[in-house]
Amino acid sequence: MKKVMVGNHAVAWGVRLARVEVISAYPITPQTQVVEKLSEMCADGTLPARFIKVESEHSAMAAVIGASATGVRTFTASSSHGLLYMHEMLHWAGGARLPIVMVDVNRAVGAPWNIWTDQNDSLSQRDTGWVQLYCEHNQEVVDTTVMAFKLAEALDVPVMLMLDGFYLSHTAEPVDIPDQEMVDRFLPKREAPYRLDTEHPHAFGGLVKPDAYMEMRWLQQEALNHVPETLAAIEKDWQRMFGRSYGAIEAYRAQDAELLLVTSGTVTSTARAVVDARRAQGEKIGVLKVKMFRPFPSALLRDALRGVPRVAVLDRNVSPGHGGIFAEELRSALYDLPDAERPELFGFVLGLGGRDITPAVIDDVIAQTRAGQVPSREDLWVGVNP
Amino acid sequence: MSQVRIDQLIPEGKLLASGHLACPGCAAPLAMKLALNALGPNTVAVIPASCFTIISGPWPQSSLQVPVFHTAFATGPAVASGVRAALDMQGKHDTNVIVWVGDGGTFDIGLQSLSGAAERNENIMYFCYDNEAYMNTGIQRSSATPWGAWTTTTPAQFPEASPKKDMLAIMAAHGIPYAATATPAYPADFIEKVMKMKQARGTRFMHLLSPCPPGWKCGDDEGLELARLAVQSRVFPMLEVEYGQRWRLTMDHAGDPVEPYLRRQGRFRHLNAEQVTHIQSEIDARWAQLQRRLDAETLAAV
Ligand SMILES: Cc1ncc(C[n+]2csc(CCOP(=O)(O)OP(=O)(O)O)c2C)c(N)n1
Ligand code: SF4
Repeated sequence: MKKVMVGNHAVAWGVRLARVEVISAYPITPQTQVVEKLSEMCADGTLPARFIKVESEHSAMAAVIGASATGVRTFTASSSHGLLYMHEMLHWAGGARLPIVMVDVNRAVGAPWNIWTDQNDSLSQRDTGWVQLYCEHNQEVVDTTVMAFKLAEALDVPVMLMLDGFYLSHTAEPVDIPDQEMVDRFLPKREAPYRLDTEHPHAFGGLVKPDAYMEMRWLQQEALNHVPETLAAIEKDWQRMFGRSYGAIEAYRAQDAELLLVTSGTVTSTARAVVDARRAQGEKIGVLKVKMFRPFPSALLRDALRGVPRVAVLDRNVSPGHGGIFAEELRSALYDLPDAERPELFGFVLGLGGRDITPAVIDDVIAQTRAGQVPSREDLWVGVNP
Repeated sequence: MSQVRIDQLIPEGKLLASGHLACPGCAAPLAMKLALNALGPNTVAVIPASCFTIISGPWPQSSLQVPVFHTAFATGPAVASGVRAALDMQGKHDTNVIVWVGDGGTFDIGLQSLSGAAERNENIMYFCYDNEAYMNTGIQRSSATPWGAWTTTTPAQFPEASPKKDMLAIMAAHGIPYAATATPAYPADFIEKVMKMKQARGTRFMHLLSPCPPGWKCGDDEGLELARLAVQSRVFPMLEVEYGQRWRLTMDHAGDPVEPYLRRQGRFRHLNAEQVTHIQSEIDARWAQLQRRLDAETLAAV
């Protein structure tokens, strides 16, 4: 069934298709339509779930944690300050190994106030034990929302998917809504191996002494290590049933490329258009979209970038005092390559707080990458007027 | 009052195992034992950071024979809301969901989520065991610490300077079906109130006075006696409030002078006569205010 919808409603449709049973969320721009749509679906019975309308994001995450521990499928959504306010509980969900799925509509963080997009909100949660998946368009949002539950429940890890504030959240695109019966076959009811159950009482999350805590963290790390192959298998099933798939990374016109643009989120679409135009003029240029940020798909990226002469990383985020975060992680992923095969990597910080990344901006990135003899140690800020 | 054997009033049960990790003389495990006996095994407990995190036992052990979810300090009522919703989705409407929290987790950091849950009238039971300070982190003041008390953050030269928050009134103001005060020092009264909570639906709140020998600086064997003195001197009135409207005293309070209660606790040792008089006058003033509330009820009932 094709429908035209904004990204936020695409999220709600994904949640509905996944037959989520408990939802809790708190409104924040630009995520509010997710909350509104889900409330509507719960109220009119098209989504038979309990929606707990809590008084804060800290409680929203706590409520889905409680529900998830009881064995049901749970969902929440937030953005920016809401996500930051959840921070403590994101760790709790990760440590408790609860397969909660959450959408973060990427939005800059204050001060100063800014409601437009960048990735600093979600990237600053990268050490909380959540899988992070950055989406490019609304079809990917619906599909990834459903797949996220399958991934989360396969490994007992929470999964966060991201869409760029306003660019995706508020932009209407045609979306093919998967058939419910087929989704039911793809994603059966959750079977939690351990849960709060009065027939089989267990304590969860109690004090763990130094003799065992580290083993629990190691198990968590092991689970996250299995995410890339598990997601690949899930995507394969999805491809077979619905004819679409995405991947932890996706190369576009990358073969024989002398320069690759590394992107995430909606800027990928703009980069694709720029690359099409350049290829028409015979330039050997391509795009590498990174969808998964945690775990960082280092092995996949090494293979994809091995021997590519120049790589430009477009970071819509910044770790103050350091630089673009994707570039930073990519540098460490490529370190293992022999010198001869290691690309020269140029990092660019751009598009913060909703500043447009237009084709002209990407042209600028390409020009600077071509001109740079030695990759700058510091990432270059594009379009800043000091 | 006719003589009744206390053990006949207290339901049997072994839902709290011996070997828990409370200090000698701690009232909190006794309160938990009584509450669980009254509620029965079809109960899920949510426990935020507090002494009870430790008391209920380290992994892989648990001194509680009911499922427990340990959670972060501020989140008891929110986690319980999620547990409730999930159990309801599974058709387990008759499973009790309880939150078991200290005064810090109730009066301070958890107040927002408690207020949220109460406003939504979540079908949960909330037990605040109030030892009048942050005991788990080593006796720092909370907003439940009484005026004049010593704690490690309110040293004897500068003892606690704010009066204790009126938590029962705050909860009653939410209009929840049931709110009460109790203490394990009066087990029959406590059990009766837990039974009432069990029968009711919606958010039910209980404020338990729970003596802590190391924090109160009293003997291991003095806690329950001190709790009784607190009730008799009207420091801690025994109350029930239904729907925020019907206030009721559940026990007589002699109105004994407060001084013996204070003098038996090291945390009040530094108080001079004037300060004791001040505390007495505050108690009397609050009692008068409470009396007006109770009288209003009587009038309304006529
Ligand atoms: C966000 C957060 N801040 C601080 C702490 C440290 N902490 C753990 S227990 C506790 C005190 C608990 O006091 P209370 O709720 O009165 O329970 P008690 O220990 O007295 O039983 C504190 C401050 C924490 N766990 N989480
Ligand atoms: S410190 Fe106080 S409240 Fe905590 S376990 Fe010991 S006696 Fe009980």
